[in-house]
Amino acid sequence: MSQSAAPTIRLQNVQKNTSQRKLYFFGALALLLVVVSFFSEQLCPYDPYMQDMSLTKAAPSAEHLLGTDRYGRDMLSRVIAGSKTSIFSTLLLVSFITLFGSLIGIICAWMGRKTDTVLMRLSDMFLAFPGLVFALAVAAVLGGGVHNAILALAAISWPKYARLARSQTLALQAAPFMQAAKMAGSSTFKLIYKHVIPNISGPILVTAVLDIGTMMMELAGLSFLGLGAKPPIPEWGSMMSDTRNLLPTQPWVTLAPGFAIFFSVMIFNLLGDTVRDYLDPKRR
Amino acid sequence: MDKILQVRHLKKIFPRQEGGEIFAVDDVSFTLSAGEKLAIIGESGSGKTTVARMIARLIPPTAGRIFLAGEEITQAKGKQLQKAYTQMQMVFQNPVDSFDPRCTLGDGISESLINHGRSREQAKKITENLLALCGLTADFADRYPHEVSGGQCQRAAIARALAIEPQLVILDEATSALDVTVQAEVLSLLNRLQQDRGIAYLFICHDIAMVQDFCDRVIVMHEGRIVEEGTPDEVINNPQEEYTKNLIDSVL
Ligand SMILES: Nc1ncnc2c1ncn2[C@@H]1O[C@H](COP(=O)(O)OP(=O)(O)O)[C@@H](O)[C@H]1O
Ligand SMILES: [Mg+2]
Repeated sequence: MSQSAAPTIRLQNVQKNTSQRKLYFFGALALLLVVVSFFSEQLCPYDPYMQDMSLTKAAPSAEHLLGTDRYGRDMLSRVIAGSKTSIFSTLLLVSFITLFGSLIGIICAWMGRKTDTVLMRLSDMFLAFPGLVFALAVAAVLGGGVHNAILALAAISWPKYARLARSQTLALQAAPFMQAAKMAGSSTFKLIYKHVIPNISGPILVTAVLDIGTMMMELAGLSFLGLGAKPPIPEWGSMMSDTRNLLPTQPWVTLAPGFAIFFSVMIFNLLGDTVRDYLDPKRR
Repeated sequence: MDKILQVRHLKKIFPRQEGGEIFAVDDVSFTLSAGEKLAIIGESGSGKTTVARMIARLIPPTAGRIFLAGEEITQAKGKQLQKAYTQMQMVFQNPVDSFDPRCTLGDGISESLINHGRSREQAKKITENLLALCGLTADFADRYPHEVSGGQCQRAAIARALAIEPQLVILDEATSALDVTVQAEVLSLLNRLQQDRGIAYLFICHDIAMVQDFCDRVIVMHEGRIVEEGTPDEVINNPQEEYTKNLIDSVL
């Protein structure tokens, strides 16, 4: 018995170690992106808005590593400046919907009855809107712009977290340890922050990290369609849309923000997968 | 003797998924004196757990009344319920599931102490004493439930139940998930604690042989009703009901 158990334990340790190493690796890359987006203004080699009509559509060179666009603006600076909207806004958006949605879900599970029914039907309503149509409607009512695009995405994405938090909390409520905690005289507030939140935060965190990439794509997509950031504000989606007719002749102008989206989304998705593997209880 | 627990005409009806009703508990009444050890036995599905959960106010009864130390707790909420939980504690069937996987055993044992106004240092000290009382060393306070054996975890669960010095401990199949030798150890621990502290036990079990030496009185449940009641020797040597006879034959 102990002989057959030993190799499994060793295997688990190996898996744990590699998933931990992957976690640090992708975590560091993601952190790098966040730091860049936070200090984007200080990191730009040139002013991302500065036009230089003598040097338009220049190919990549030592002075302009990613070339310049049709107004002679430095592409590297614009891509770095664009990370502010793309990464930083996305992180704010995901943090907000995660916290808000989870809170609603916990409230639903805890209160039950009418509160649960009302809030869950409301979330169904938001869930029923196709994202793009809803963003179009918001843009039509409130006007375009990054803020309204984020608002539209927030409105349609929180229900996912509400449902997840609700079902996780309901499952926990039946657990004997919750009943034991209740019999220890813990208040509702203490039950939630000490026993519910730590136990449901794993799956919610995984969903949130995986959502960063999706939200980044959606935000860039909305901007590409002219519903998000408006030129001349540097934003990867609108930069691509703005310069897409240059793709055959000066591809770097379009590809620079394109690759920025591609790599950022990939890093956050891989981070999400790693976090999921790392938190998987079967690997413990 | 003082009556620590009185249960009057307790009833619980669950709605059946496919329609209709389950009479899980049907008109159950009994009394438990201070320091008494009362066993409820019966086959699986006879409503024992449902009785325990209603008494512990974890589910509301359909009808009936529950008195704890003379005070009615049938509808108790908030402060009154918190007070009831200083007099009544429970030990659950599966010890590992009865501790939060993200908290140490020490956190679990000291939770009630901290909720009732002890400082962290005091709670830590009391927890260590309780662990020693239940045959565990102080370092178990820092372990997580999945890091200890079932028997050790159940000892910690008993320590938790004793923390605020209740007068009544409900044990719902508290030894059923354990090995036979560990079972005997836990029973002797419970016996010792009962002699030292005069706690009353409501000992729920499906094995009549186990309660024979352990309990003062036995209630036999069948399909939500009490079908027989008496001392273990009376019930085992002279069963009145066919059901009880079968229950005895199946283990002896
Ligand atoms: N939450 C519930 N919902 C519906 N039926 C239940 C529920 N809990 C218990 N029952 C039913 O009530 C009866 C008694 O169950 P229980 O009290 O768990 O029995 P025991 O503990 O004696 O094995 C069973 O028929 C069971 O299916
Ligand atoms: Mg049971």
